[in-house]
Order: sequence, then C-alpha cells, then structure tokens
Amino acid sequence: MRNFEYESPESLEGAIQFLSASQAKPLAGGTDLIDHLRTGRVVANVVVDIKKIPELNVLEINDSGLRLGAAVSCMKICQHEGIREQYPSLTDACTIIGGIQIQSRASVGGNLCNSGAAADSTPALIALGGVCVIAGPDGTREVPVEEFCTGPSENILKQGELLTEIRFPLPQGKSSSHYRRFIPRFEMDIAVVGVGASVSLDDAGEQITAARVALGAVAAKPFLAEKVDEFLVGQAPTEEVFTQAGEIARGLISPIDDHRGTAEFRTHVTGVLVRRVLTEAAQRAAAK
Amino acid sequence: MATQRIVSTTINGTEKSLLCEPRQTLLEVLRDNLNMTGTKEGCSNGNCGACTVLLNGDPVTSCLVLAVECEGTEIETIEGIATKDGLTPVQNAFLENAALQCGICTPGFIMSTKALLKQNPNPTEEEIRFYLAGNLCRCTGYDKIVGAVQDAAQRQCGAGCTSDA
Repeated sequence: MRNFEYESPESLEGAIQFLSASQAKPLAGGTDLIDHLRTGRVVANVVVDIKKIPELNVLEINDSGLRLGAAVSCMKICQHEGIREQYPSLTDACTIIGGIQIQSRASVGGNLCNSGAAADSTPALIALGGVCVIAGPDGTREVPVEEFCTGPSENILKQGELLTEIRFPLPQGKSSSHYRRFIPRFEMDIAVVGVGASVSLDDAGEQITAARVALGAVAAKPFLAEKVDEFLVGQAPTEEVFTQAGEIARGLISPIDDHRGTAEFRTHVTGVLVRRVLTEAAQRAAAK
Repeated sequence: MATQRIVSTTINGTEKSLLCEPRQTLLEVLRDNLNMTGTKEGCSNGNCGACTVLLNGDPVTSCLVLAVECEGTEIETIEGIATKDGLTPVQNAFLENAALQCGICTPGFIMSTKALLKQNPNPTEEEIRFYLAGNLCRCTGYDKIVGAVQDAAQRQCGAGCTSDA
C-alpha cells in the first residue's frame, strides 16, 4: 500500500481543514477505503480518521426524529431498539451489509459516500426521507439523500466537505418501512436488486396516505421511484395494488447486464421485490 | 515516507506500544511487526474472515483496519484464546468435531465464534450460519463447523453459560 499521512481530528473544523488539502480522504469504518487504497483505486496523501468527532457519532431519536451520525457503525444501528421500532428498513439493511466483521466497522454514512449503485443502506435512507447534513469550508448545507449520489461512485461532496449526519423525520401514526434485496447467495453478496419502502396508512389501516419507494442496483444510482409513490397514495394496501406498483417500478429502471443478473432478470425481480417489500412495510404499518 | 507512529494498545491483555506506518493494516502489524502469525491472511479485502480479531470485543477483519486506528483499543487474537490450563471449550469442540481440515480459516472462525457465544450463548443453527457468514472455509463444507459451535455452546452452557470462550 502506498504510504500516506494519518490524522484523527477531534473537531469538525479540524476535519474540514485536513480534508481541504489535495488527495485527502475521510476514513470511517474503512471497509471500502482501505481496500481501495490497497488496490490503488484510490490514492491519498492524507487519510483523515473522522471517528473521534462527536457530531459524527450522534445516534438519537428525539421529538424531531432520528439523528444518525455519519460514522456510526452498522452494528450500533442493528442494536438500537428505537431504530428497529421506528425505522426498521434501516435495521433490515444494516443486518445484511457484509458479514458481522464488516458490520462492526462499516458506517451507513460511508456506504452513502462510497455511492455504489447497489449500496444496501441507500434505498432504506431514501425511503425513510433522510436528509444529509454536509459541513464544509463555506458552512453547512442540507440535501435529501436521493440527491446525494450523482452516478456510480460519484456524489455531490466538494473538496473539504464532509457528510456529518443523516436526519430522518419521526414516523407518524400507522407508518413503517422495509428493505429487502435479491442476491444469489443467502448472505455476504451484492444486491442484484434492492428495494426500500416506507408506507403510511390512515387510522383504519384501509388507505395509503403516503409512500416512498426507493430502488437500488437497477440504475446508475439508487433513486426514489416517485411515480410509484404517486400511484400508491389513496389506494388500499392490497396485493393487487402492490403488484401494480411493481409494474410501474419496472418501467422506471435502467438496469445493466452483468454476471449477477441480466437486465431482463433485474426487471422481473424489481416487480416482485417491490410487491413483497410494500406488502411487508404495509403489514408493519398496520400493526402500529 | 510518512511519519512512523507509536500506537499504544492492549493485545491479549498485555499493554503494547508498537511502531508502525500509517499505511500498515492491523493484520500486517500483527504478523510482520509483532510476529503474531496465528492471525491468517486470506483475501486481504474483507471477504474471507481469515484475519478476524476482536477489536474492543467486536469481530473485525484486521486487513481492513489500519494499525494507527487502534490507539487506546483492546485487541484479542487467536494467541490469546487458550489459557495456561490448556485449550478452551470452543477450541476443543473444533478439534473433536473435526471442524477443520487445512486450518487456515480456523483462527478466524474461533474468534467469530467467541464473539457469537458471548452475545448469544445458545444460538440456533440458522443464527450460527448467519453470524459466521463472514468467515469462509473452502474445506469442510461448514456443517462440521456449525456442529462444533453448537457443541461449544453446550459445553459452555454446561459450565453455567458464563465461562469464557
């Protein structure tokens, strides 16, 4: 591995200063970065360990919702009862990212910043209405998660900017969420298709009042399937409606052929997964 | 050349200060700087789990940890498992159930098993397979490993579910 300097600032200001230098890379769990440094895919003069910054380790649910620090590990998320209760799609995703060794280290913030098209946590974040808080030399800005990635391994972060946390609104009434992916193995694999969805029902549990469906691994970046969301509002949470939602989703994707699956297969799986994920999310919502 | 760093850690209960370059992984430092070759190098990209160690009690692939990140941490490796009285129940269960053939993956499996049984002293077969998914074995076909973990759980629970792996 090519050598680099290592810094571990304890303040956001310190991190931004180090990250403003050329070829400076932030290090959270390192499960992507260290491998990329080893293979030479990423070259860094300085690696900035951001795990000692308090803002990046925030994990709390308060009256305005969930604050998830960008460096919080998947394991901490999986163990958080409040997240399992109120933001279960996040738990679903973090339970299946890599194996237990990866979950000990990898962060959801890092998963988002790595900006892979098949990232497991990103569709869950989009479905939950997550907003990225980004700090930089010119101050702080907020961007919805669905606008963060711009293409495979690309995102909106500028030099010196750092994702500090992701904020989520508090689910209201009968609302819940789910994330599921299709992989050829049982675990430890990259999504062929990943679907995250959140569903809100009226008090009687008979009508969908809001929905967000996000699709991963079927386009250059994970995205919000807005046409599916618009279709679902006002409908009853039935299998027929969710099958139709899957049909609409199939028309929104632009999948590739690769060794994990053909575009035709991904299109088929998208329809099936959207139906199943919406069914599960709606059942969870109805139980609230 | 980047500055060398002194990193203070506790390895297998003993305080250790080590000198390393920022680019060195924990795996590299354990094996090459400290001659602790019980931790194995497999894929070096976080897929195989052969290099699993416990970092502050959590299983991690040491190929994906920089040694400089370990300042102030507690590290446990396969060398710290057996006691002066001999092998532990997990080790004996692996041996007696023939849960290893070539043995390269075994230190990683033992470390993951220790973490699993600490968190879940009596896991189901499904829980064992899910938890150990980050450890690959190309010899055994896993059944004997899963059997050994179940046996180890029994042995430890027999001693009151409290003994250490």
